[in-house]
Amino acid sequence: MMLPDAMSASVSELLSGPSSVTTVGVELFAQALADQAVATHAVEWRPPPSGTEGDLARVLADPRRAEANRSALQRVLASGAVLVDVRPAHQALDLRPGTFLHAGPPVDWDRASGPLRGALVGALLLEGLADDATEAEGLLAAGTLRDGSPIVLDPCHHHGTVGPMAGVVSPSMWVFEVADPGSGRRAFCSLNEGLGKVLRYGAFGPEVVERLRWMSAVLGPLLQQAVRRRASSEAGPVDVRSIVAQMLQMGDEGHNRNRAGTMMLVRELVPELLELGADPGQVAEVVRFCNGNDHFFLNLVMPACKLALDAGRDVPGSTLVVAMARNGTDFGIQVSGTGDRWFTAPALVPEGLFLGSYGPDDANPDIGDSAITETAGIGGFAMAAAPAIVAFVGGDSGTAVRTTRRMYEITLGEHPVFQIASMGFRGSPVGIDVTSVVRTGILPQINTGMAGRVAGTGQVGAGLVTPPQECFEHALTALAAEVPDRS
Amino acid sequence: MNVVGPGRTHVEVRHGSYHDSVTLLQVSSRLGALPDVAAAQVAMATPLNLDVLSSMGFELPATVPDDLLVAVRVDTAAPDPEGVVAQVLTGLEEALRPRRTGSDTGGSGEAAARTTAASLRRDPSPLVLVSVPGAHAATEAWDALDHGASVMLFSDNVSLADEVALKTAAADRGLLVMGPDCGTAVLGGVGLGFAGVVRPGPVSLVAASGTGAQHLMALLDLAGVGVRHCIGLGGRDLGAAVGGLGARSALTALASDEATELVVVVSKPADPEVVSQLEAHAAALGSELVWAVLGPDRPDLTAAAEVVLDRRGVPRPVWRTWGEVPVPGEPGLLRGLFAGGTLCDESMAIAARRLGPIASNVPLDDTSSALDASGPGALSAALTAAGHAVVDLGDDTLTVGRAHPMIDPTLRLEALAEAGADARVRVVLLDVVLGHGAHPDPAAAHGPAITSAVAAAARGGRALHVVVSLVGTAADPQGLSRQGEALAAAGAYVLVSNAQATAVATDLAEGRG
Repeated sequence: MMLPDAMSASVSELLSGPSSVTTVGVELFAQALADQAVATHAVEWRPPPSGTEGDLARVLADPRRAEANRSALQRVLASGAVLVDVRPAHQALDLRPGTFLHAGPPVDWDRASGPLRGALVGALLLEGLADDATEAEGLLAAGTLRDGSPIVLDPCHHHGTVGPMAGVVSPSMWVFEVADPGSGRRAFCSLNEGLGKVLRYGAFGPEVVERLRWMSAVLGPLLQQAVRRRASSEAGPVDVRSIVAQMLQMGDEGHNRNRAGTMMLVRELVPELLELGADPGQVAEVVRFCNGNDHFFLNLVMPACKLALDAGRDVPGSTLVVAMARNGTDFGIQVSGTGDRWFTAPALVPEGLFLGSYGPDDANPDIGDSAITETAGIGGFAMAAAPAIVAFVGGDSGTAVRTTRRMYEITLGEHPVFQIASMGFRGSPVGIDVTSVVRTGILPQINTGMAGRVAGTGQVGAGLVTPPQECFEHALTALAAEVPDRS
Repeated sequence: MNVVGPGRTHVEVRHGSYHDSVTLLQVSSRLGALPDVAAAQVAMATPLNLDVLSSMGFELPATVPDDLLVAVRVDTAAPDPEGVVAQVLTGLEEALRPRRTGSDTGGSGEAAARTTAASLRRDPSPLVLVSVPGAHAATEAWDALDHGASVMLFSDNVSLADEVALKTAAADRGLLVMGPDCGTAVLGGVGLGFAGVVRPGPVSLVAASGTGAQHLMALLDLAGVGVRHCIGLGGRDLGAAVGGLGARSALTALASDEATELVVVVSKPADPEVVSQLEAHAAALGSELVWAVLGPDRPDLTAAAEVVLDRRGVPRPVWRTWGEVPVPGEPGLLRGLFAGGTLCDESMAIAARRLGPIASNVPLDDTSSALDASGPGALSAALTAAGHAVVDLGDDTLTVGRAHPMIDPTLRLEALAEAGADARVRVVLLDVVLGHGAHPDPAAAHGPAITSAVAAAARGGRALHVVVSLVGTAADPQGLSRQGEALAAAGAYVLVSNAQATAVATDLAEGRG
C-alpha cells in the first residue's frame, strides 16, 4: 500500500482559504481576488531581455541553485575580517620584479586604458625599472624589461588581492593583510595614497613616485609595527568588519565615503604607533597622512569585502556574483557557480561631479576593484546610509533610500551586521543574484571615483555608475550551460 | 541604580556584533521587564558601560570596545532560573535581528517587487498565481516553490519538461503546482483565475480541465450541492508524460481536508496506467473518488454532475432554460463559437454523433476534422466551411496578442455576425461563462450581436437560431438569472447544461423535431 505523501503547512493554509495571494501577470486576476476580499501582492513584472528566457528557466530549474545560493551567501556573511599585518607585496604576494597586478579582469597593454597605462608607467618608475615615462611606455609596449625578462600583467583578483582604480601593485609597494579569523584565509590591498594626482588614478609625476617611496620607506614599516603590536595585544587585531558596520551608521557607505571609517581606524592605531618608540616626527607624519586622507580606510574595506566574497566562490549551481571589477576598458564579473571565469563587456563612463575644469569628456570608463564593496552589500548598495553621496548626481536623501531599496530586488539576502539606520536598521542588500539582475534589468549601483582618460592626469571627479547588463547575460548563459541535464 | 543581590547570573561576550546605544538601551529595558528577571543589560563593551555593569554587580570577562556584552541576573525567587536566562536570550535575538521591511522607516515609499521572489521575501503568501507569457512562467513558478508557496500556473505554452520538473519539485516539498494552462481553481471558497462563485459544500474537484470544472461546479451548485475545493491540474497532468504528478498531490492534500467528503476527478481521456496509479493512491488515502472523464464516447459533463448528485443522494433537477424553445425547420449548418475548450470538445463530441464529422481548429479524434489553417486563418476557415464547424476561440493560436474571449468578446462578436450573415447557417451555439475574472456583463456584450444576427437572417427570409450554454451560478457577480434573461431577451435560447444546449442546436441543424 502506498503511503500518503506529506503536504506542507502552507497547503493546509491554502485549503482553509488563502488569506493572501501573490499575483504575477494579468492584473485582472489580482482584481478578481480583491473583489473576493483576498489580500493580493501584485508583482510589477516586466519581461526580461528577449533571448534570455530559456536560460533563465533552465537556471531557475537547477535543483542545486536554491541550496547553493543559501550556502554561498551564508559563507559570505560568516566571513570575518581582521587586520593582521602590513607587508611589502614581494613578501606578501610573492611578486617578482616585472610582475604588476592591476584592477579588473585580464587586459594587455594594447587594450589598457589611459589611467591603467599611467599607473603602470608610475610603477616601473617606482621600481627603478625605467628612467622616465617614455622609456617605461616603450618597455610596457614591448612586454619586456631592459634585461629582456617578461613584463607580466595579472589581475589583483587572481592573487587574493584588490586594488582601487588602476589597482596597480608592484613588488616594492606595501599591502594590508586582512584575515578571516574563522578560516585563516587572507586578502590583500595596497595602501591608499590620497586623492588627486595619485598613481591609482593614472598619475605618475615626480610627486606621485615620491609619495609612493615615502609610503614604502616610512608609512608601511611603521604601520606594520603598529598593526603587529595591536594584533598580538590582548585586544587582538583591529576588527575591520566591525568598523565597517559602525561606519555605515556614521554617514559612510564604505566606497566613496570612508571618513568615519578612517577616523575609527586611526583611533585604533595611534596608541600603538605612539608606543613603538619610533621617531616622533615620523609617527606624526604617518598619523597626519592617514588622518588627512578620507579614503585611507577604503583599502581595508575592500580586502574585507574580498575575503567575504572569496568565501562564497566555487559553489556549483550558485548564481551569486563573487566579484565585480573594472580595468578601465572592460567591466568583468565572476560568479560562484562558474569558477574563475570572467564575464566582460565594455565598461561604462560614470556620471557625477568633476574637479576643477574637468568635464565628462575627460573621464575614463569605469575602473577599479573597489566595486567589491557593492558586491559585498555596501557602497552604492548602502547608499541610504550615506545620503551625502547622491549629491554627486544631484539626488537627495530620498534618492539614496530608493537606490538601496532597489538593490534588495537583485540580492539574495540582507546583511546581519551591515545595517542601515535610516531604514530602521534593516540589513543592507547583499549577494547579487545574476538571474535577478537579468530578470529585472536592475543593475547594481556603484559609487566610484573617476580617473582622467589620458595617462598621467589623475582624478577628474567622482560619481555613480553601473555595470553593463551584458556581463550578467553572459554569466547567465554560462550558468545555464552548467545546469545538469534532467534525467 | 539598583545593585542586584545574589541570583543566577549569565554574562556573555559577542564579537563583531555592533548595535547603536539607543537600540541597546531599549532592548535592555525590554528584557529587564521580562518575568523573573532582576536585571538585564545589553551594551557595547565601552569603558563607561563596563563601569555600569561592574557597579551592577556583574563579573566581567576581558573585552574590547567592539564586543557586545550581555548580562542577565535572575530573581532569587525564580522557580526556573535557566528558563529565565533562555527566555532573555531568545528575546535578545528577536530584538537584535536586522529589521525587515515591516519596520523599514525610510521615506519615499517601497518600490513594487519586480520578481515573485522579491515579493514573497517581503510579503509571504501560500499561493502565487502566475499568468505571465509562457516562456517566462516557469521562472516565476520556481521563485514560488523556492519560497514555500504553491503555484497556480494560468500561463500556457509552458514546456512539458518544465511542467514535470516543477511538479516533481513541488511534490518533494509538499506543495501544489496547478497547471500550466490551469484556468480555474477554487480553494477554500476563493476563486482563482476564471472561477464561478459556488456555494460551499462537501464535494472537491481535481480538474485537468478548466471550463469542464467550472461547468460541473455550476451544475452542482444549481442542484444544491456545494463545492469545497477545485484543485486545477492543467490539461496534460493525467497523460503518461506527466504521470498524474499534480493529481497525486491534489488527492493527498484533499485527503487531509476533513470537509471534503467526495472527490471528483475531471479530465479528458487519461492514460490508463496513470488512472490506475491514482486509484491506488486514493484507495490508500481512503478517499472516495468519482471519475468524470470526458471524451467522444463518454458521459458528458451534465451526466457526470448527475452521477455526483446520485452519490450524494440529491435528486436530479430539471436544468434551467431561458427563452422560447426553438422549433426546428429547414436543416442547416451548425457554427459553434466557444470560449471554453472543454465545453467546445463536449459539444463537438455530442453533435458529431448525429451530424457526422465536424470541422474544428481543435479536432477530436475520429469525430471531427482539422481545418486547413491555424491561428486566425482557422477561424475564417471554420466560418466558411462547407459543413458543420465548431471553433475554440480560447485556443492558444487564437489568443496571441489578445485577451481570452471570456474577457474580450470582440473576436467572437465578429464571428457571430459573419455566421449570422451566412445563409447556409441555421444555428450558432455559444458558451457564456460567468464568474470572477470573466467579462463583467457578457449578456450586454453579446446581446446586440445576437439580436442583429437574428434580425438580419429574418430580413433575408430565413430562420437563424442562437443557442447559448450559460455557465454560472446565482452568486456570480454577473448574476445567472440576469444574464439568462438578458440573453433570452436578445433572441437566444439559453440553457445551463452545455450537453442539452448542444442537443438543441443539433436538432436545429438536422431540422427535425
